[in-house]
Amino acid sequence: MDEFSKLNDTNTWEELTEGMKIFTGGNSKDFNTGEWTTIKPVVYEEKCKHCLLCTPVCPDSAIPVKNLKRGPIDYMHCKGCGICAKACPFNAIEMKQQA
Amino acid sequence: MSYNFKEWMNKPERLAPGHRMCAGCGGTIAVRNVLRALHEGDKAVIGNATGCLEVSTFMYPYTAWEDSYIHNAFENAGATLSGVETAYRALKKKGKIDDTYKFITFGGDGGTYDIGLQSLSGAMERNHDMVYVCYDNGAYMNTGVQRSSATPMYADTTTTPVGKKSIGKIQNRKDLAQVIAAHDIPYVAQTTFVKNFKDLHIKAEKAIYTPGAAFLNIMAPCPTGWKYIPSDLMEYCRLAVETCYWPLFEVVEGRWILNYEPKKKLPIEEFLKGQGRFKHLFKPGNEHLIAEFQAEVDRRWEQLQYNCSR
Amino acid sequence: MTKRDRMSGNEAVANALRQINPDVMPAFPITPSTEVPQFMASFAANGLVDTEFIPVESEHSSMSAAIGSEAAGARTVTATSSCGLAFMWEELYIAASNRLPLALVLVNRALSGPININCDHSDSMGARDAGWIQLYAETNQEAYDNMIMAYRIAEHDDVRLPIMICQDGFITSHAVMNIETIDDETVKNFVGTYEPDDYLLNKKRPMAVGPYAVSGYYMEAKRQQVEALRNVKRVALEVAEEFEKISGRKYGLFEEYRMDDAEYAIVIIGSAAGTAKDAVDKLREEGVKAGLIKIRFFRPFPAKEIVEALKGVKAVAVMDRSEGFSDNGGPMGAELISALYQAKSDMYAVNYIYGLGGRDVKVESIEEVYTALQEIVATGEVGETYRYLGLRERKDA
Repeated sequence: MDEFSKLNDTNTWEELTEGMKIFTGGNSKDFNTGEWTTIKPVVYEEKCKHCLLCTPVCPDSAIPVKNLKRGPIDYMHCKGCGICAKACPFNAIEMKQQA
Repeated sequence: MSYNFKEWMNKPERLAPGHRMCAGCGGTIAVRNVLRALHEGDKAVIGNATGCLEVSTFMYPYTAWEDSYIHNAFENAGATLSGVETAYRALKKKGKIDDTYKFITFGGDGGTYDIGLQSLSGAMERNHDMVYVCYDNGAYMNTGVQRSSATPMYADTTTTPVGKKSIGKIQNRKDLAQVIAAHDIPYVAQTTFVKNFKDLHIKAEKAIYTPGAAFLNIMAPCPTGWKYIPSDLMEYCRLAVETCYWPLFEVVEGRWILNYEPKKKLPIEEFLKGQGRFKHLFKPGNEHLIAEFQAEVDRRWEQLQYNCSR
Repeated sequence: MTKRDRMSGNEAVANALRQINPDVMPAFPITPSTEVPQFMASFAANGLVDTEFIPVESEHSSMSAAIGSEAAGARTVTATSSCGLAFMWEELYIAASNRLPLALVLVNRALSGPININCDHSDSMGARDAGWIQLYAETNQEAYDNMIMAYRIAEHDDVRLPIMICQDGFITSHAVMNIETIDDETVKNFVGTYEPDDYLLNKKRPMAVGPYAVSGYYMEAKRQQVEALRNVKRVALEVAEEFEKISGRKYGLFEEYRMDDAEYAIVIIGSAAGTAKDAVDKLREEGVKAGLIKIRFFRPFPAKEIVEALKGVKAVAVMDRSEGFSDNGGPMGAELISALYQAKSDMYAVNYIYGLGGRDVKVESIEEVYTALQEIVATGEVGETYRYLGLRERKDA
């Protein structure tokens, strides 16, 4: 966890950052938005051609790419909008209700 | 410019997840894909007008921005970043900075077309080396879907509500790209999300790496305000382009270039249907409203074709 | 090394800025501050400063750009007056809450309407609660000196707040007076370079400025700002002590004039203090124990220190050069009289509104105030505590 992500509303005024500035990048990763929904994309790996068309359409940067291949979906941040499933030309992504 | 989609996708993410934008938001799709155009090794300072994007991406103590970021107020994203860009030139001149920085600011249509127009106009006219990106979702979504000057005609918003004596917003939307092009800046472009994002990526790269002021107008659907099924975002973008409601064009050094012409221009109903904000247009007796909407789309499309043919 | 010169208040501040050589100056013209950006643009055009001048399209944008520039790590200044300051309103609060030590040269002028280009303090007094340091000057010399001390105070690690360097429109800004300037090298060494720890263009780590903070954080953020402002009193005195060494001129949070045994005092801000001092001298010759306190820092307000300086005074008049529209007096009246109450003082206190929109303040009108104070003490009757000076009104009113 990023040191700035540890700040919270129990900190005193002396402990918060000066001018409420944050001196890091991208620490929102420490915040879970995956729990907003119970509908999640499930990838059928055998159908996926790693065309990567699902990646740019994700509003939550939750479909990572590494070495030109799609990585596992980031369920901690995916909000279940389903845009990726419709963008997939191979029907390799299905939106499914999680238990 | 060559375009290898997979290599673009392989670039590091500069907008982190964990922000609080709605599920299916078009705003962050715009941001992610614009920032992808930054060359690796180049640093950036991101500006942001108040709006959904700002309150959702920098909620203390979490920032979703990997780069330095400044939110000042609603109406002054243009001026604010012009100050940052000038500071960069001043410090570079004094030898205090050796890295390359790029300056990109994001505003919704409220912060861009309306309350921030003067600040934007000033920054563009002074030709600061910066990019202003408007993610246009056609209403003040952050405060609960009030009309803006970017709201299309007949849209049902909370300040142009459809009722017994109202057919929604009665005015046409402002053509901001044309207004900014009239500032005679080096680069203006209009785009949205189509297929593999080639159009957006290339325009973002040109905007960022053209010296001087650049303006990108990106249609970014808002499922909350437009009232459609969130997963249909890419389909609405496609239909906006295929109906010529949202044409893809650029203005390079004053020269208008049409980037895409549909083989068969689709009727505007294709774009309007399914969006709750236009539901009333499909009630019996309102056919003339759709015809008027179509006429306006046609008129603007013809004007754009004329601009691009000169 | 100092040099005797003659210049207007605007020219004096502009010359201090030339010596300071700030990195960036966004500005928009407005009477009577216009000359300051004009001088700076001309210095830049002639290579006398390295300052990047941004000719913005409004004051709102000058403060917005100044915030961006200062956050980016550049020492930044802007200048304005009156409606220009009002147009910056929202940004003033943001500059302070982001803890950005930028400087604003404010040439005080009445706020509209009716539109009026002359001096009063309604512009800066309206902005008194924005979280800025506010420094006022009686003379061109003080305006120059305050400008040289400004960044040392604002940029101090224990402060980091924006600073407003105020002087009276036309009365000092355009009047040419004798002034003693300090040589460029000495000023440059005194002010030093701006080396913030964190800034947008810092390659060591990114910085995010201007968050959305929910109610779980907002109060703490405000309390932090208060602490920084509180530290100004100590820092300003330290800086003044150092400044005395290079200039020979001594500064405090306020100036006491013939206060040692004073029984009747006025508390005043700005150029009218000069006129008031003449009145004090005249009254002293007549045997009246008159004294005066001239405010230098209105923010932070040195309430306890002023109350202490007023000890022994029987009656005080607090002079406001702006209306407060509270129907109970002007802004300084409210603050000083409340400070007297907190100190359990039993001194008589009245509040005068004077000099609005450039209304002339004469020695005789100030004498009138001291006469009123003497009457109050003599009769024990305070009467109306909220008074106007130099106002035409119906005799039976």
